[in-house]
Amino acid sequence: MQVNENETFVPTIVAFCCNWCSYAGADLSGTNRLQYPSNIKIIRVPCSCRVNPMFILRAFQRGADGVILCGCHPGDCHYTTGNYYARRRMTLLFSMLDYLGIERGRTRVEWVSAAEGQKFAETMKSFAAEIAALGPNRRLEDLRCRK
Amino acid sequence: MQEMMKNRAKALLADGTVSRVIGWRRGEFSYDVTPAVFETAEELERDFVFDAFCGANVSKYLIRESAKDGGRILAFLKPCDAFSFNQLLAEHRVRRENVYLIGIPCAGKADIDRIKKAGIDGVLGIAEDGEDFVVSTVYGEERVKQADVLAERCLACKSKRHPVYDELLGEEGEDLPDDVRFAGVAKLETMTAEERFDFWRSELSKCIRCNACRNVCPACTCENCVFDNPDSGISQKTAADPFEENMYHIIRAFHVAGRCTDCGECSRVCPEHIPLHLLNRKFIKDIDELYGTYRAGEDDGTKNPLTSYTEGDAEASVVRERGRA
Repeated sequence: MQVNENETFVPTIVAFCCNWCSYAGADLSGTNRLQYPSNIKIIRVPCSCRVNPMFILRAFQRGADGVILCGCHPGDCHYTTGNYYARRRMTLLFSMLDYLGIERGRTRVEWVSAAEGQKFAETMKSFAAEIAALGPNRRLEDLRCRK
Repeated sequence: MQEMMKNRAKALLADGTVSRVIGWRRGEFSYDVTPAVFETAEELERDFVFDAFCGANVSKYLIRESAKDGGRILAFLKPCDAFSFNQLLAEHRVRRENVYLIGIPCAGKADIDRIKKAGIDGVLGIAEDGEDFVVSTVYGEERVKQADVLAERCLACKSKRHPVYDELLGEEGEDLPDDVRFAGVAKLETMTAEERFDFWRSELSKCIRCNACRNVCPACTCENCVFDNPDSGISQKTAADPFEENMYHIIRAFHVAGRCTDCGECSRVCPEHIPLHLLNRKFIKDIDELYGTYRAGEDDGTKNPLTSYTEGDAEASVVRERGRA
């Protein structure tokens, strides 16, 4: 979370992108000169399935206001089945976060292929707008990590 | 029941079927019962107890015990212990050939805190009598309705049936309906996010990170736990702020999701009385609703929902859509 001079809230967003589809999709949106918000911090992972629930919680701890996981479309996983497992895990994790009263909008899973630079930019814009509307992450933050 | 179990254990020790017995031993107080291993008939005679305070799940001890050489071990399993054992068996954590299982019926275990809350002090012993417990105390006998002092996990019991055993003492029971079991989770789900947040804040902030819930859990059987890793940043220390409390409990419940048999040991051992089973049950309920009914420890050929998938699984956005409905 950071607040600029005009006191408008600029969220910090972490995007876990799979190496084979979504990271390439982000690359494509860049080479196509498509803009997406600069407060999105991309972390490259070998597969969406690599993302441990702890990664997501740790991102919130270190000051993220929203976390999005992007991977290959179901059926297109480079490792054949990784994203299917990731989908089940993330569904359960998000449901648990909701159960603990954390805002539903702060987490999201999107499937973005290497050819979908446009979709990547659109997804990030809409996610950033949603997090900005939700405001700073207060319910899942570590006070010691606040800047 | 206690005498039947003792006699059976002695007979099996005598004929050499087993070399030791795992059961329950009285502690300093009658309600302070701990699992224990007995090697001789004399020890059994002196220390073995089985009553409504014997709530501890002994299946986790069988990991270590079944790995030892020197004969089989006899274990008495209540239905919920048998589910836990069966799950460990499916995960290849116990050596079945080294264990001799006797299934014992369970009518629910008493919660000493609820007994004390009901105004009964100086407890010396407990006996079942129909719908009641007869509690002997230093002041004489007291009679309470079982329903008033049963542990919460027993009021929401999932099954009286043993999914695995070598022999049974007493009658085999049946599965019980799930709606009672999920009532607590369903009630929380109907609250608003703010109310849920406040509820869990007030519960989890009591956590002293004693790790008892992890240590007792029959599904938590990793040799090296993520919470013991000094690099995890959350190893063996008091949760410093709300984030760590949430993080520890989310991860703890997540790591046993799909393997938790809902035995309720986590809530039983919590010194702060945090209703931890409500987290585990949430995962069980979600799995049932999203991926089809699955019972860990059932061993009926259904695959663990977190190590399997179908192409038509719900997307993660189902969580948000459910909230809008």
